[in-house]
Amino acid sequence: MASDNVKTFTDSNFDDETKQGVVLVDFWAEWCGPCRRIAPIVEQLATEYAGRATIGKMNVDENPNVPTSRFHVRGIPTLVVLKNGELVDTIVGLVPREDIVSAIERHLG
Amino acid sequence: MSVAAHADREVVVIGSGPAGLTAALYAARANLRPLLIEGLEAGGQLMLTTMVENWPGFRDGIMGPDLMGEMRAQAERFGTEVLQGNVTSVDLKDRPFTITLEGGRKITTVALIIATGASARWLDIGSDRKLSGHGVSTCATCDGYFFRGRPIAVVGGGDSAMEEAVYLTKFASKVTVIHRRDTLRASKIMQDKAFANPKIEFVWDSEVIDVADLQKGEVTHLVLRNLKTAQTSHLPVDGVFIAIGHTPNTALFKGQLDLDPTGYIVTNGGTRTNVPGVFAAGDVQDHVYRQAVTAAGSGCMAAIDAERYIEGLPVADRPADGGPADGTVHRGDIAV
Repeated sequence: MASDNVKTFTDSNFDDETKQGVVLVDFWAEWCGPCRRIAPIVEQLATEYAGRATIGKMNVDENPNVPTSRFHVRGIPTLVVLKNGELVDTIVGLVPREDIVSAIERHLG
Repeated sequence: MSVAAHADREVVVIGSGPAGLTAALYAARANLRPLLIEGLEAGGQLMLTTMVENWPGFRDGIMGPDLMGEMRAQAERFGTEVLQGNVTSVDLKDRPFTITLEGGRKITTVALIIATGASARWLDIGSDRKLSGHGVSTCATCDGYFFRGRPIAVVGGGDSAMEEAVYLTKFASKVTVIHRRDTLRASKIMQDKAFANPKIEFVWDSEVIDVADLQKGEVTHLVLRNLKTAQTSHLPVDGVFIAIGHTPNTALFKGQLDLDPTGYIVTNGGTRTNVPGVFAAGDVQDHVYRQAVTAAGSGCMAAIDAERYIEGLPVADRPADGGPADGTVHRGDIAV
């Protein structure tokens, strides 16, 4: 199952889960139509990059702190790429799969 | 060898809004077994709306995403194959036409229906794009949530702007509508809704010349200029929603199809483009009406035009599969 590889980030596990390696975080919510278009791409990428990058989703409704306070997210879908805990890339809105892939690839050793 | 003999498809539809899905529905019912390529903004602009109150047949309205879900299911019921994905290029110079998808897959088709629609326009001032996702938005239903209890602005004076302003009052403490003129373009019913809402205020005759604060990476205020007095002012807001219209998604077709000076595909005699076999429907070719129901109507026209085009091909070029007169021929039985 693709979804087994998709990490679920929360306000409480975020720092631990993102401190090492390349991490892609998909900020989303149930009510966000465009987020539903990104979700299957993120799931596919989670499988493709298993072992090389951490890929997961973070629900902005359930997690009030990290998305809005730390990353100043004011719109979704927003994807961020972190490397060893540092923000290295931000993608806002619906983008082609290739753009997400290149944002991950750029930061993989 | 005929064109059809080595084409993958009789009809390909690009786009999945009301125009594309209606074209696919009609093409499917004409036994043309269309392939519909969804595109990035799958479902089109109605996916970003809430209640649609002017779709005939739903006296109490229907939610935009629900309507699109129904349209898609109906098109699929009659044999439309829906492909998730995005087209990166098209070749309309050689026949059959070739469509290249993200990832490199190529599909050839005898007839092509373009229903790629239009996407929200930005302000063209630079700072608005840079703060996209950090306080600047073109989608109230996506991003209104982030502005609970905060002051925000809506730029524009049309129906979409009024709809967004009214919707955003559910979240915001105050919504300021900024419009370039002193009257609204919006329909009477939408104007009345906006004027009646105590949370909505209007700033007339003004344009946004800057969105601050780029350094902070969030929206703190807008810089406005009054077009009559040339005076500038600051409007403190935490977010701004841009609803100043749309631009047609025609970058794929530049240099291959006739476009008008604003980028819309030029159609003649129904939905025909200047390339025989290529048809255009919906907002990609309509800067006048731009309604869901007119888009659907032109999608229907495009499917009928495409069907007649295929029927009119020389016999050798006509696909044996799925000809409208004969529903019994199976895929693969294509004459060479």
